[in-house]
Parts: sequence; structure tokens; C-alpha cells
Amino acid sequence: MNVGYLYSLLAVIVLGLIAYAGVEAAGLQWLFGILIPYLGLTIFIAGFVYRVMDWAKSAVPFRIPTTCGQQKSLPWFTPNRIDNPATTLGVIVRMFFEILLFRSLFRNTRVEIRGERLSYKWVIWLWLFALMFHYSFLIVVIRHLRFFLEPVPWVITLLEKADGVLQVGLPILYISGVTLLLGATLLLLRRVLIPRINYISLAADYFPLLLIIGIAITGIMMRYFTKVDVLKVKELTMGLATFHPAIPEGGISGLFYVHLFFVSILLAYIPFSKLMHMGGVFLSPTRNLANNNRRIRHINPWNHPVKVHTYEEYEDEFREKMIEAGLPVEKE
Amino acid sequence: MNDRGKIIAGLIIFFAVFTFPFWYNHGAASSVPEPKLTDKAKAAKTCVADTQFMRTEHMKLLDAWRDTVVREGGRVYTNENGKEFMASLSNTCMDCHSNKTEFCDRCHNYVSSDPYCWDCHTYPKEEK
Repeated sequence: MNVGYLYSLLAVIVLGLIAYAGVEAAGLQWLFGILIPYLGLTIFIAGFVYRVMDWAKSAVPFRIPTTCGQQKSLPWFTPNRIDNPATTLGVIVRMFFEILLFRSLFRNTRVEIRGERLSYKWVIWLWLFALMFHYSFLIVVIRHLRFFLEPVPWVITLLEKADGVLQVGLPILYISGVTLLLGATLLLLRRVLIPRINYISLAADYFPLLLIIGIAITGIMMRYFTKVDVLKVKELTMGLATFHPAIPEGGISGLFYVHLFFVSILLAYIPFSKLMHMGGVFLSPTRNLANNNRRIRHINPWNHPVKVHTYEEYEDEFREKMIEAGLPVEKE
Repeated sequence: MNDRGKIIAGLIIFFAVFTFPFWYNHGAASSVPEPKLTDKAKAAKTCVADTQFMRTEHMKLLDAWRDTVVREGGRVYTNENGKEFMASLSNTCMDCHSNKTEFCDRCHNYVSSDPYCWDCHTYPKEEK
């Protein structure tokens, strides 16, 4: 049995309880409301930059042409300009599809033995759930800027309007909140219920999913069920965003601090985990380099500079002696 | 391959995006709006429920009112103290809180909440 998800679930529950007890029982609002969020953001930014710079330092001696299409070759072969790009433009298009539409996931296949035959079946569920999850998360994050900007720009208001276009209930139901929770849950169930994926999943795969589900649940609770005073929440977040941090008088419910603690943990966790794919996707060498190995000379970056003495230089040095000895020279 | 320049440019964009709120507000502390009560609201002292409840739950109460009024025709709302009110945004709520811009809009704008109540309901004209 894979106990990874039980440990991760336990970890998330314990973290939630720490924040709740820390605020409601120990009165550590300043710790969970000010210090930890700043710390989380600092670790996130510094760690992210460190990881990316670390990657930037590693040499890429040769283009890695893992491609899914015909390479540019003799004129009568039609090259696949996006899947096997020979130009920077082609690379940009490939990266665009990869980053915004997760093209690699779209190609996901499942291997099965059907009767006597081995079959590879095209499976889009992972791609679909991933797309749903990532875009919902993006919209939710952008929407949250209403707590950090004053005055709130019209773009954000417009996004909120579009997200709440169904006009269900009051406060209006945001579609992205539902799809975020649904997407994350489906991705989690995939790792729990499908035996082969369960087998290769680690606690590090479950923890971020459960943490994000925890963030979504606490957020949804605060908006729709056990309401918090949103004015006080914005007072706190604006304090953070203007470097005048203060805990608002009257206090905010412990659930808010659980939400904030989860988000801080998530931010701090990103640089140390698989969640670095946020930056890593831009640096995937199999995606962001044109496949031009055969047309352009790539010099190995760790080659030692070799001192060369060409024939022309040799001849210049010994021309007179060569002529005296009757050896043929190229220049008289 | 040396793409240091491009990567650093990307990191600068990353940094700018994730610290955007700090730039946007440029460190200026903002004041939290306080809803202004009219004389009539002050005189009444209590709303249909206590202040803290109204601050956080007023939208759910209004939503419940809408459902009972529109679907069941129930115009009477009895609060916790047994006092009866007519369930109506325009006639009950905005009778005391007749100052929409200073009462409703102040906080709504601050938290970027733009309820569609007044798409249908009327509100008292305010004298400037």
C-alpha cells in the first residue's frame, strides 16, 4: 500500500491545526498573519531565483532533438515546423503550445494488453484535468489581487464579473473556485485510484495537491459558509502589501489564518519541490532549442581552448626554408 | 550554449510580476473605509440583527429574503428577538440606510464587490 498520501494528508491537517490553534488559542496573529507570509514570499522568490540560476549554469552541449515530427531535411520532405522546429520562430510556437496548452500532456498514452495485443491508447484525461486545474488556479490567484491592490484595477473587476457570470447565490459563486477544487481532486484521485500511478507516486506528489485542496476548501468556506469580515481581511493584506503590516482590531476568524498559513507554506515549498515546473517549463532543453544540430556547428562549452597552428601560419614561418629545400609552397 | 541573458531577463519579469502589489501601492498605507450611518439608522440603534452578523452575513440574509419573497410570497421576516420586519431591500434596508454611496458602496468598492442588487432594485436619491 502506498502510504504517501496518508502522510501528506496528515501533514496538511497538522499544519492547519497548528495555524488554527496558534491564532485561536495562543493568539499568535502577528506570527501567522505577518511574519510567516513575508517569510514564505521571501523564501519563494529567493529560492526560485536560486534554482533557476543553478539551472542556467549547467551547460547544454548539444541540442536534444526529442521531437514528434519530420526534421527539416532535403527540400522534398515536408518538415514539421512546430514539432521539430529549425528556426527560433518555430521554437517560440512550440513553447507557446507547451506552456499555455500543455501539448506534451496532450500526447499522453496508456499502454494496455488487450487480448493478445499490446496497445497504446490516446488518453486525454490528465491533460484535461491539468488544464482545468492550472487555469482555474491562475484565475483564482489573479482574482485575489483585489485584496492587495487599492484601488482595484478594472481588469480584476472584469475578471470577477466574468468568473461570477452564472450569478448563482450571494456572494456570487465563482466558477474558477469550483473548477480549481474539482481539478485538484481529480488529479489526486488519479494518483490514488489508478494502481500503476499510485505505485509510482510519492508523498511529494500528494502533499502539494492536498495542500492546494486545503487552500481551496478554506477559501471556499470563508466565502460561502463560515463568513469572515472581508473588510478586515483586506485591511490586513493591504498592510502586508504596503509594508505597514498590522493585525486589524477585532480580529479575523482562525480559518483565515489557516488559509494564509497554507498559502505561505505553498509559496515556501515551491522552490524545493516539483512545483518548480512553474519556472522549469521555460527551461526544458528538449522544448526550447531548435533542432539544428546538423546545420549549425555547436561547440562543446566545456572544451578546453586548444592552441592551433594552422598550415598557413606554418608556411608563413618556414616559407623561405621550404623554398630553399625545394618543397612546394602555396604562396610564393 | 549560453542563454544567461535571456534567463536573467525572465527572472526579472518573474520578480516584477510576483512583487507587483508592492510596486502598485508604492508603500502607501491605505485607509479602511467606514460605512457612514444616517441619523435615522443611528436613532434605530439596532439593525435586523447585530452589527457583526450584518457585516459578514448581510448578503446571505438578503439572498434568503429574495428567495422567500419571490418564491414563497413571504414578506415578513422575524428576527432573533421576535421583532417583525418587511423583507424588502428598497423599503426596509434602504429606509434607514438611504445613503447608498456612503454606506453600501464604500466597503463594496474597497473589496471590489459589485453586487447586482441595484440592477433591479431602486435606491433613494441622494442629495449632494
